[in-house]
Amino acid sequence: MPRITYIEHDGTEHAIEVPIGKSVMQGAVDNNVPGIDADCGGECACATCHVYIDAAWLERVGLPQPGSQEASMLSFAAVTQPDSRLSCQIPVTEALDGLVVRMPEGQH
Amino acid sequence: MTEDSRHIVIAGAGHAGGSAAAMLRQLGWRGAITLVGEEPIPPYQRPPLSKAWLKGEATAESLALRPAKFYPDSTIDLRLGIRVTGIDRGAKTVTLSDGGTLAYDYLILALGARARRLPLPGVDLDGVLELRSAADADRLKAALHPGARLAVIGGGYIGLEAAASARALGADAIIIERESRVLARVACPILSDFFQRFHRAQGVTIEVDAQVTALEGAGGHITGVRLGDGRLISCDAALIGVGAVANDELAREAGLTCQNGIVVDLAARTDDPAIFAIGDCTSRPLPLYERMGRLESVPNALEQAKQAASLICGKPSPTPEVPWFWSDQYDLRLQIAGMPFDATEIVVRGDVEAGKFALFHLTADGTVQAVEAVNASTEFMGGRRIIARRKHLSRARIEDMSISMQELAA
Repeated sequence: MPRITYIEHDGTEHAIEVPIGKSVMQGAVDNNVPGIDADCGGECACATCHVYIDAAWLERVGLPQPGSQEASMLSFAAVTQPDSRLSCQIPVTEALDGLVVRMPEGQH
Repeated sequence: MTEDSRHIVIAGAGHAGGSAAAMLRQLGWRGAITLVGEEPIPPYQRPPLSKAWLKGEATAESLALRPAKFYPDSTIDLRLGIRVTGIDRGAKTVTLSDGGTLAYDYLILALGARARRLPLPGVDLDGVLELRSAADADRLKAALHPGARLAVIGGGYIGLEAAASARALGADAIIIERESRVLARVACPILSDFFQRFHRAQGVTIEVDAQVTALEGAGGHITGVRLGDGRLISCDAALIGVGAVANDELAREAGLTCQNGIVVDLAARTDDPAIFAIGDCTSRPLPLYERMGRLESVPNALEQAKQAASLICGKPSPTPEVPWFWSDQYDLRLQIAGMPFDATEIVVRGDVEAGKFALFHLTADGTVQAVEAVNASTEFMGGRRIIARRKHLSRARIEDMSISMQELAA
């Protein structure tokens, strides 16, 4: 099972095995990782599952399509950066084994 | 987890109660947690019930707030099929519907709301439905097959979402609304008109200014809805969606202040320092609008769960959020930021005809109170920021699409 490391803004790390087919958000919620609330349950409607993708993984994960729902939501999410993604929009695949994501400040 | 002998009882295992339990563990609560829920299944998300669940696009697993093993793994004693039936504030105990008693150090009331019932003849017929729980949704789903006719009494969000899902499943839908427009209590006339036209274009029949006088049946099953003008709208099932009532009786009986919900402060405290209340059952301060209000929404349930858990765990209280709501119908995404209290002016940004627009609600001095956005997430997100900052905007600037939302919110 792909292993994903979620790093809270204060540096606390959570390494979690997430089944293929779930989203990166779901992996965090199922394991009660603080900082990913996912108010809307993965509908890309709330931006409370915002993460920064580790630089080494950015190419594999990719950025939201310009003009997409995700890009619109991120345009005003708290402390958006060029490596920002909504984790509900990232499906877990074998290729993401080892992925590292960080949570922004103030998301919790 | 044994070094703290204190015990938190959470009454109600919906979105609010389930989230409060999870949040307490996130914030480091090491005492016992008992989560008592009336429904037979662990906490789940209600919003998909009228949408993805009806259409068969969600599973029990995807609906669940957290996997079933989360509760034992997190030492949360989840007791399902049981209700809290009484509170003894002096003894700090609650009684349960199975005859048991639980002592608490803190009690969190997450009792939710229930569908408002209409005192109509025929309301007990088979096929007369409401939509709050997964069991309700399953009954509705069973009634929605191609060619079936669903009468929807009440043109609110639940009714409109159910009508959209009915159409997606090949069933006919007839919305019967007492007021002169759908969404009359919750949206402005421009939005009502837009949704009415969209639903009608999808084949939904909408009757406005229509009083329902009776539900008629044969052999114990509903066959039609009788209107005040004498007409009979024939149907195979009727969904009543005319609002919800706070489940605050338990708190009233315990002498806690209630007024259209259990009255709480910004830390979700009731007037008993050992008792908190969260979610749909509360009447809470709306600091942006300097008044109290009852919010029936998932974001509110989570915000108040966080408020209560933070105070109990001695963490700083979370920054108050701008209330927000969402609804999905067909390929329309409606997102609403804020509430249009005291608004005197509505400004349209975008193109209503093209189905991509936002409605800004301004007070007389130009303060943005609410933004209703249809397929316009940038306006919704920007609106949240503008509202949080109590910004004033002019009609001309809002209407001018050459000014970006980033600029408007700056």
